[in-house]
Formats: sequence, structure tokens, C-alpha cells
Amino acid sequence: MELHQMGVAELSAGLRNKDFSAVELSSTLLQRLRQAQDSLNACITISEEPGLEQARAADQRRAQGDSAPLLGIPLAHKDIFCTRGQRTTCGSKMLAEFVSPYDATVVQRFQKAGMVTLGKLNMDEFAMGSSNETSFFGAVRNPWDLTRVPGGSSGGSAAALAARLLPAATGTDTGGSIRQPAAFCGVTGLKPTYGRVSRYGMIAFASSLDQGGPMARSAADCALLMDVMAGHDPLDSTSHPQAAGRFSAALGRSVKGLRIGVPEEFFGEGLDPEVAQAVQEAIQWYVREGAEIRPVHLPNNVHAVSTYYVLAPAEASSNLSRFDGIRYSHRSGSAVDLQDLYLLSRYEGFGPEVRRRILVGSYVLSAGYYDAYYRKAQQLRALIREDFRRAFAEVDVIMGPTTPTPAFALGAKSADPVAMYLADIYTIAVNLAGIPALSLPCGFSKAGLPIGLQIMGNYFADELILGLGDAYQRDSDWHQQEPGWEEQ
Amino acid sequence: MSMAWEVVIGLEVHVQLNTRSKIFCACSTAFGAEPNAHTCPVCLAMPGALPVLNEAAVDKAIAFGLAIGAELNHRSVFARKNYFYPDLPKGYQISQYEIPIVGRGHLDVLLPDGIEKRINITRAHLEEDAGKSLHEAYAGESGIDLNRAGTPLLEIVSEPDMRSAVEAVAYLKKLHALVRYLDISDGNMQEGSFRCDANVSLRRPSEPFGTRAEIKNLNSFRFLEKAISYEILRQQDILEAGGKVVQETRLFDANHGETRSMRSKEEANDYRYFPDPDLLPLQLEEKRIERVRVALPELPDARKARFIEQYGLPVYDAAVLTAARELADYYEIVATGQDAKLAANWVMGELLGALNKAGLEIDSCPVAAEELRQLLARIADQTISGKIAKEIFEILFAEGGSVDAIIEARGLRQITDSSAIVAMIDEIIQKNPQQAADYRAGKEKLFGFFVGQVMKASQGKANPDQVNALLRERLQAQ
Amino acid sequence: MVKRIAQLSRIALPDNELPQMARQLERIFSLVAEMQSVPTEGVEPMAHPLDLRQPLRPDELRQECLSREDLMASAPRAQDGLFLVPKVIE
Ligand SMILES: [Mg+2]
Ligand SMILES: [Zn+2]
Repeated sequence: MELHQMGVAELSAGLRNKDFSAVELSSTLLQRLRQAQDSLNACITISEEPGLEQARAADQRRAQGDSAPLLGIPLAHKDIFCTRGQRTTCGSKMLAEFVSPYDATVVQRFQKAGMVTLGKLNMDEFAMGSSNETSFFGAVRNPWDLTRVPGGSSGGSAAALAARLLPAATGTDTGGSIRQPAAFCGVTGLKPTYGRVSRYGMIAFASSLDQGGPMARSAADCALLMDVMAGHDPLDSTSHPQAAGRFSAALGRSVKGLRIGVPEEFFGEGLDPEVAQAVQEAIQWYVREGAEIRPVHLPNNVHAVSTYYVLAPAEASSNLSRFDGIRYSHRSGSAVDLQDLYLLSRYEGFGPEVRRRILVGSYVLSAGYYDAYYRKAQQLRALIREDFRRAFAEVDVIMGPTTPTPAFALGAKSADPVAMYLADIYTIAVNLAGIPALSLPCGFSKAGLPIGLQIMGNYFADELILGLGDAYQRDSDWHQQEPGWEEQ
Repeated sequence: MSMAWEVVIGLEVHVQLNTRSKIFCACSTAFGAEPNAHTCPVCLAMPGALPVLNEAAVDKAIAFGLAIGAELNHRSVFARKNYFYPDLPKGYQISQYEIPIVGRGHLDVLLPDGIEKRINITRAHLEEDAGKSLHEAYAGESGIDLNRAGTPLLEIVSEPDMRSAVEAVAYLKKLHALVRYLDISDGNMQEGSFRCDANVSLRRPSEPFGTRAEIKNLNSFRFLEKAISYEILRQQDILEAGGKVVQETRLFDANHGETRSMRSKEEANDYRYFPDPDLLPLQLEEKRIERVRVALPELPDARKARFIEQYGLPVYDAAVLTAARELADYYEIVATGQDAKLAANWVMGELLGALNKAGLEIDSCPVAAEELRQLLARIADQTISGKIAKEIFEILFAEGGSVDAIIEARGLRQITDSSAIVAMIDEIIQKNPQQAADYRAGKEKLFGFFVGQVMKASQGKANPDQVNALLRERLQAQ
Repeated sequence: MVKRIAQLSRIALPDNELPQMARQLERIFSLVAEMQSVPTEGVEPMAHPLDLRQPLRPDELRQECLSREDLMASAPRAQDGLFLVPKVIE
């Protein structure tokens, strides 16, 4: 196996055995990242020198006897995480020139663990999108079919992992932004329980929904990343005091006796039959291993999309007010007075989807509409959480598809925002409730596109769902399939 | 001019809490630093930065709530008030909207006519201050300094319970005294630590409230009084001409002593308040409240009661002396070992009069409390007379120095030697035989003439009691 | 309406973009309109997934300071440690 084909666990063993150095590993991957830019556009920034510098430091730490499990392993961050002294754009013209003066807590934790940051990954602008087409830095292409989207908003992360440019990446998930691209690209991604991963330094889209998480090629690798990534952060008021966990140590569990909920709401109209079949077969694997299936109901899931498209834009409209052209963000060259400075800088700096969502958000919070939209959506949010509470009284996990269809074609939905929003129908409720969910590859369509299985768990069941994903991956090789993007 | 208008005033006061660090980040709140030197990713609203609440701000808000007998909300919520302004880096102010930390309370205010009036306080909530725009520095541009952005504020909102500028000033002074008693703010009005907005409206008595104007930028007691007085006349003119008062924000222009409409801010302000998702509900545990309660200093009303009890002062004296913590502290030093009532007279009469004339506050008083105490001690031990004491006080106030040194240097020691006084008396009787004869013939009023002559001859230093007794004796004897 | 909201959001939408924006907003609001049919009387609005209380930090100054130069490095216009904006009129 070549270096770029190895996952986190294999690389960790290789580095430990001195089969190769961190510098060799990073050099190889930096070269691949560069080469893939033209066809995939997965990166916004490739950090050559700083990356190699960190790799050298990792080798030095190892020479001095440091044996941290992730020491010397490369990764790249979704460009939503602030990295000190480096450009952090959030996929927007608004921040195209922004050099962060500080590191996100997540970035800091990975650095402390000795991981090597090789760059910043492409994403939908301010994480608003499900196709990576809203990025100011251009769309990312799906390594399985370059005419298709990688999903979004963590599309650069998913594409880079699938194309074997990186063994690990960070993502963020507000309404499915880790899981949906993971499903579209055939990789594994975890949206953790809200509060387990610090949001400090992670550019906010919708604060009460946003959660950073690991993306990799297997659940086991995600667990290794979570060991470092999760933990209480005093700089984030919404960080859970018991956020830390021993994720990789919890792997290798048996499936016997597991109660799996399969909600009929996730298998209704609009679900692609190929997706339905692959997901059902994966669930059957668990049954063969001793799990039992129980029907559960999530009756309010039908309201998840509308609830989300009130709450998320509302929070976003306020979160994005700080981009005013005064302290660090894009300033219009044609502004003569203060009002123009705001109006033009924000018009020029934000792309159409971001502008749209800001307007929706301002509207639902404005005088006279708050109760009908914002408050109402908060009540529906409570009902959606209640559905999960009831379901998890009966079952240990809930399984279903991550997305209704495999990756769609570039441009297919970009003209109609609502069509794009409906693609998130299976992922959004998880964010509204704040529970964890994992997406992992469970098959391919006839056209050769990956299909994702989604495993949802109760609050703090992150370890459990990672373990269940790992159990499946020990007995399947969907996650080991490689796309032939280099030949396309 | 019609006398039939009733003035209705409510005040919103922004008190900067004197915490070391800002309300949501660990930057210093110290005043007067280089521009933007006290900033960090949080208070500059860098992308990704998040707020964490300062516990000292919470404790100070609790202390205030306890001091005004308010209901504390055991669960309060931080909300975002969204608007764009260059000194507001996030594009929203974190404040409390639906559920503030401090609910209904009250403040009993002593008015100048000696009547005590209860002013109800609607609420007090925690919020963050904005930065500053500097307009003069650059041609065509303004400079933004965010050092103050994120300084904790307690916004105290009163009910519209005040009926005159005098009442408003009395309330504001009491509030000012209270926050300083509590040591929750330095109360420095010049530096903007204690800022007041006034809502003023007029109505015919017993009619519903009229339309109010909100006057901003009132950073002294005098400005508050002037602005309200101006506003009353302005609204009265409008109403009596049959016009309508417009609900608007007005700015007080101290240079011209008038209020002006702030047109630029008049665009419909729709603040789109909603609970801040970066912060969780603030829960006040009983333990925390108790800890603050135990640490409360003696509050003005309690101190007033003690002054009445311990020093035997009349209610009015006790109220005046406890109006400010510094004044009460000053009085207690002066009264130590002295006649308490005499001490009160001196502090309220001579001292406050002199301060008032000089336009000074008690905390910049040129006469140390210890010196005034010494002055009273010298009256008590008969070294000087009360009259001489007043002279010495004037010297102390104008030039400083110590009481004893002034007495020695200027030879102001009282004459208590009876033979010396008798000698002076005899000489004066000799010089004024006609007046002496008239006195003896029953013209009692002439006694005062002789007293004056003796005091004059002694340059005011003769002990007045002795002069009285000896004079009577000598006049009778001859 | 779109114009007012755009102004409230401080985004200068050119007139020729207004009709399309209005159409898209209409689409979005017709999507979310289905919410109104759900009975929610007595349901406590959910602001946050965590049932936790706000943590408090001690009133202490931070140890290491970022330099003002670093913090202001990306400022479009700055001088003498101040961010500059077109004149603020009160
Ligand atoms: Mg306020
Ligand atoms: Zn700060």
C-alpha cells in the first residue's frame, strides 16, 4: 500500500515503526494536493512551508521519544477554522484577505497532538450550501465523477479524503454538512453531540446547530481524531463539561442485542431506490450480527427542513453582521459614506446564497414576524427533539440513509434554492435535536456513486455509533474503494 | 403660561461595573489606554470568537438587586440587539431583553423639601458597552477605538415615577451614591462610567401618559436638570400651540443648553432581538446570592438609621450625611470623640457650603476630615471660640495646613485669663461712661454694645462666656 | 418588503436583482409556511440543544496578549491604532 492510501491508524503504525518520516509523508501528500487542484479544487490554501515545518517538528518530537498516536499525521482543516497567521476565508470573498490572529481550539488541539496541517479545504461560502458550488473559490468536484458535486458544505474535506489526498480532515455540520458530503464522496464523517467539540475559532453559521467533527476514511480513524478533537473548552460557553471521551478505546464492540430503530419517515417518497436498497442491506448486516430491528416514528421530521430554514438563517443573519468592512473583512472600494461602506461591502463580499439567507433571517426576526416564524420554529424544534427522546427510549440507535440520492450533477440544483434545501431532509433533524450521527459508505449506485448509511445516536452516544460503524467496516470494504479521478 | 401640565420622567441609567476584565473576554477595562490596546479576538468580533460571562459582573448585578430590594431572576437570558454601528463590532449588542437578571425594586429618595419619595425600578440588566468613535482626528474619517467595547454595564430602568427635574436629580444622585456604596462602579461621570438617558413627557394630571422624548448624553447632574427643564418648556410650547410631541431620541447639547433631535438614528430601528445562541441561560444559585448578600457593605438607608440611633441626629441630618458614602465616611471621622450634632452642623453647614461654592465634590475636599475633627476638639477644649474656628476653617479650606499650626502662627488662642479680660472691660467702661450710666439706668440693650467692644479689643479671642459673666459683674459693680 | 429587509441587513441589492430575490424568498417562505399548520400551543420554545446553565469565568485578565499589530493586520484602513471609517455623523 502506498502512503497516500493508508488511513490514520496505518500511518500511525508506520510512523511509530519508522517505516517513513512525517516529512516524507507530508511531502508526498503536499504533492498530491497540488496535483489534484486542477481537477478537484479541494483546497483553498495549500500550506507547503508551514506544513513541512510542522512535519519536521513532529519528527523531532518523535526522536525525543514522544509517541503521541497522531504525531506526524497530516490533516487539513475546512477553511471555516481559524488558523493563526494563515488566511482563513470561509469560502467567501468577504474573508479572502483575512489572516487570522488566532487559532481555533480544534486547530490548537490537533497541533498539540502533533498533527501536521497541510492546508485549508474548500467549502460552501460560510457553510451555506449542500453542493460546494457557493464557494467564492469555485466548486469542488466529486472524485467519483468530476461532473458531479461532492456535497457540502464540507465538500473540500470529503473530496480530498476520497481522492486520497489526505488521511484526515475536519468538517463542520450545521444541517448535514459533514454527513452529506461524506455520503456523496464515499468517506466516513461524524457529526458529534452538540457541545463535545469546541466552536471557538470555528466561524459561526448557526451557533445553536453548528458542530465541528472529524472526517476520514473509516469510523476507526474518526474515533482517533475524536480522541483529540473533543473536550471541554472554557472559551466556548456551549462546550459541554463532559465533552471529552475515549473514542478509539470504545471500538471493537459486539452488535449482539443492539436495538436498531428504522423510521419509516426515512424511507418514503423521494428516496432513490438504489439508496434504499443499499441502506437496507447494511441494516440487514447488523441483524445478521445479532441486532434487532424496531420500528420507530419521527412524525415531526417532515417539518425539519422548514424549521431549519427559519432558525439557521435567523442565527446566521446576526452572526454574519460582524462582516462590515471595518476590521478585517472585504471593504468596497466605491463606498464614500458610512452607509455605503456597509451596503456595498456586504453586497460585494457575500455571494447570492449567503445574501439570500441573511435576508430570510432578518425577516423572520423582524418586528411582527418573530412569533410566527422564529418562535414557532423553536417550538417545532422542541417537538422534533421530543420525537428522538421517545424513539431512544425504545432503541439504541436509529439507522437510515444519509441522503435521498447519490451525488447530483454540478449545476443541477443551483438555480432553485428550495430543491437544494430538500436534499438535506434526512440530516437536519439531528442538528435540531443536537444528537450525534455518523455517515459511512454502504454501497454504490449502478452509476458507480457512493451511498451513505446514517447511524444516529442519543446524546453522548458518539462512542457507540463510531463503534457500530467500525464493526460494519471490519466486515465490508465499501470504504476502501478508491475513485478513478486521475483517469477522468 | 399654563400651570396645568404634569411632567412625567423616567430614567435609564447605564452604570459601568468596575470589574477588572470585560464582561465576555479577559481584556482589561482600564480607562485611558492606547487605542485598541485592550482588545482581543472576542471584543474585536473576530470570526469564530465566542463570549464567556464574567462572574464578577453577575455578582455586582446581584449586589445591586439586593440593595434595591428587587426580585432577582434565578434564570435570566442574554439576547442579541441587532444594529449596525462602527463602534459595535459584532453588529449586535449582547444584552438582556425578555428576562433580565434584576426584576422590580425601588429606591427611596429624599427630596430637598425633606419629603421622602419612593421611585420604583422596573428592572436592571447586564449588557456590554460599545466602543468609541473619534470624529476629530482625521479629515473625512472617524477613528474607531474598541477598548471600551465589552465593558460590563448594568442598565437600570426606572418607572416613570418622577414629576420634576428636581426629583429626577435626587433619584440619580441617590442611585449614584448607591453604586459607589456598593463598590460596583467608580461612578465617574466624566469618563462615562455613569450615564443617564431621560424619558420626558407632559400630560394633564390624571390623564394617560403623553408622548415622550428620550434625551441621551446626560453625563452630569446639572445637565440632567437643564435638559429636563429645557425639554419641559419645549414640549409645553408645542402642546399649548395645539401641536403633537414626536416620539424621538434627542441629544442634549451642553454648549447651548438645549436638546436636539437625532435625525440620523431615527430610521425605523428594528433590533430583531433574539436569545443569543452563543450563551446559555444564566442561573443564579441561592449559594451565590447568599455569598453576595453576606459581603454587602452597610447601605445608605441602614447607615442613615444608624446615624440617627448612634449619633442622635435628626432624620434630615442623617439623610444628608449618608447621601454619599464618602460624605458619611468623612462625617464619622469628624464626629469621633466630638459632639455629634456639632460635627453634623459643621459638615453640613461650613463644609458643604464651602464645597458647593467652590464647585467641588466631597472626594476632592481640601480639608481632611481629621483636621476638621481637630478643629472641633479645639473648640471643645476652649483653645478657640466658635467664631475663630470659622476663620480657621476658611484658612484650612483655602490654604491647607493644620489647625494647631494655624492657631499658633496667627496667635488665635482664646483669652481665658479673667484678670486680662477684666482689665479690658474696665478700660472700655472708663472710655464709655455715658453708655455705662444708661445701662445701669435700665437700658439693657446696651449690654450687646459692651460685648462687641470687648471682643473687638481682644481681636475676637476673649472667651465669650467669660466676657459675658465678667462684663455683667463689672457693669453692676460700678 | 425585500428592499426594506435588504436595508435592515445592510446589503445593497441593485434594483435589477430585486425581482429574482423576491421570487426566491417567496419560494422559501412558501416552503416554511407548512409550519403554521402544526399545533404548538403550550410547547416551550427550544433555544438550544444543551440543557445546561451558562458557565462563568473568573474576573481575571488574560495572561498572553496578542499584539495590536496582529489583531489589526487585516484591517482595510487603520492609522495610529484606530480603525478608520468614513465619517460617522450623529
Ligand atoms: Mg441598553
Ligand atoms: Zn477582549
